[in-house]
Amino acid sequence: MAPILTLNGVKAFYGQSEVLHGIDVAVEEGGMTVLLGANGAGKTTALRAICGVVRSDGEIMFAGKPLHGRSTEEIAALGIAHVPEGRGTFVGLTVEENLRLGAYTRRGRPDAGMGRMYGYFPILAERRRQQAGALSGGEQQMLAIARALMMAPRLLVLDEPSFGLAPRIVEDIFVIIERIRREERVSVLLVEQNAALALELSDHAYLIETGYVVASGTAKQLADDPQIRRSYLG
Amino acid sequence: MHEFLQQVFSGFSTGAIYASLALALVMIYRSTELVNFAQGEMAMFSTYIAWTLVSAGLPFWLAFLATLTISFIGGMAIERIVIRPVENAPVLAAVVVTIGLLLIFNSVAGWIYSYTVQDFPSPFHDRPLLGALMTTRDLGVIAVTLVMLVLLFCFFRFTTTGLAMRAAAQNPASARLCGIPVGRMLAIGWGLAAAIGAIAGIMVAPVLFLDPNMMGGVLLYAFAGALLGGIASPIGAVVGGLIVGVTENLVGTYLIASQLKLTVALILIIIVLVVRPNGLFGTATVRRV
Repeated sequence: MAPILTLNGVKAFYGQSEVLHGIDVAVEEGGMTVLLGANGAGKTTALRAICGVVRSDGEIMFAGKPLHGRSTEEIAALGIAHVPEGRGTFVGLTVEENLRLGAYTRRGRPDAGMGRMYGYFPILAERRRQQAGALSGGEQQMLAIARALMMAPRLLVLDEPSFGLAPRIVEDIFVIIERIRREERVSVLLVEQNAALALELSDHAYLIETGYVVASGTAKQLADDPQIRRSYLG
Repeated sequence: MHEFLQQVFSGFSTGAIYASLALALVMIYRSTELVNFAQGEMAMFSTYIAWTLVSAGLPFWLAFLATLTISFIGGMAIERIVIRPVENAPVLAAVVVTIGLLLIFNSVAGWIYSYTVQDFPSPFHDRPLLGALMTTRDLGVIAVTLVMLVLLFCFFRFTTTGLAMRAAAQNPASARLCGIPVGRMLAIGWGLAAAIGAIAGIMVAPVLFLDPNMMGGVLLYAFAGALLGGIASPIGAVVGGLIVGVTENLVGTYLIASQLKLTVALILIIIVLVVRPNGLFGTATVRRV
């Protein structure tokens, strides 16, 4: 299958300092790809570079179109839904308003998509009129994923969906991400600290260390690599 | 008692005008955390536009709507041209820009229209109502303000653009990731604030008469109202504006000479800042550093 997203020699910068030193990453259409690595390795920065939130250099192609020079909102409109670190919830708005915002780029009727999201996440239907800030961490993560899917994206970018959640809830969320990937035919690019779980569900994996890709391959290859087992899978 | 109620009602009418201008201040503050010191002078300039249109023979309400449209476009243009370049600059730079705008609007109005005081037509006949408790003018001003508030509420509550504006004000980074053009939302916010200010100016001009310095005092009362309600709260702005209007009228009638009325606004501002800095409807924001 052809990749839907490719990064070629991508560098990224915070102010003057370069934090990604030319990485190559490809996300297969319809697949799930994970970026692994320690804190501060540059995983989140890679996602931010894709969405035009940080200054970057090199070539980023999405569905045959270069993303360079496009604004974040234009990139979103092309079909990349990014759930950022901290989930990006609009805490002062209701659950339903959050979902309506997800469908902003589609303009049409958001109601159909909303019904499907309430199907995946019944708890959100129960809380549709509540302020999003009043939801629990797990519920907010569900809301963030649902909001991103309302865009009907071709690529779903998730930055540490397990962050700050209890292990049992993390499993629930990953089961549903996997189900959504199949049913919505959406490609997924994931950044995750929980390497064992992420490798189990992904097709491809990249290991990033201090701004370089140091290992890549199928998820199985990386899961079997003795060195990675020692450092990341304990 | 009769006189007291009379003063309360007429306070509501001026209070509605303060509330409108306070609302304009709050709208800009919420989206950009910037206090727009030029809000009053922008409203004054809009009022001159309305006056020009009425003098040219346009029916009052047609001139009113035309002025709102022109003000909306003008507000958007101001955001694009002078505010956007200082968007990421320190707050003080942006504040200085709005003070600069204040001076520019004031001088340009003086240059075009001269500083001579002009009569401004009132759309409402000044007839007594309810046994002279209030006048048709008071009622008209309150009604116009109410219609404006209901329309604004519906816009922010029920339209996609209104929702996107609230999202952009609350979490701009996340709004961009949803595909919302945050810059355009800010411009619309400035446009709306300018149009709301225009309503305040047109409603107050028949009482204060039209001159380039007309809105100076009104802006001060609006500040007091916005601070009293909580500078980030739209409901607070409306309630605060009304309270200031009534207080000003009662204090001016019973306690002090009406020449000293403006000090009421300043005293209110100081009391709010000392006793309850977040205002009646504001919530304290805690910033992690």
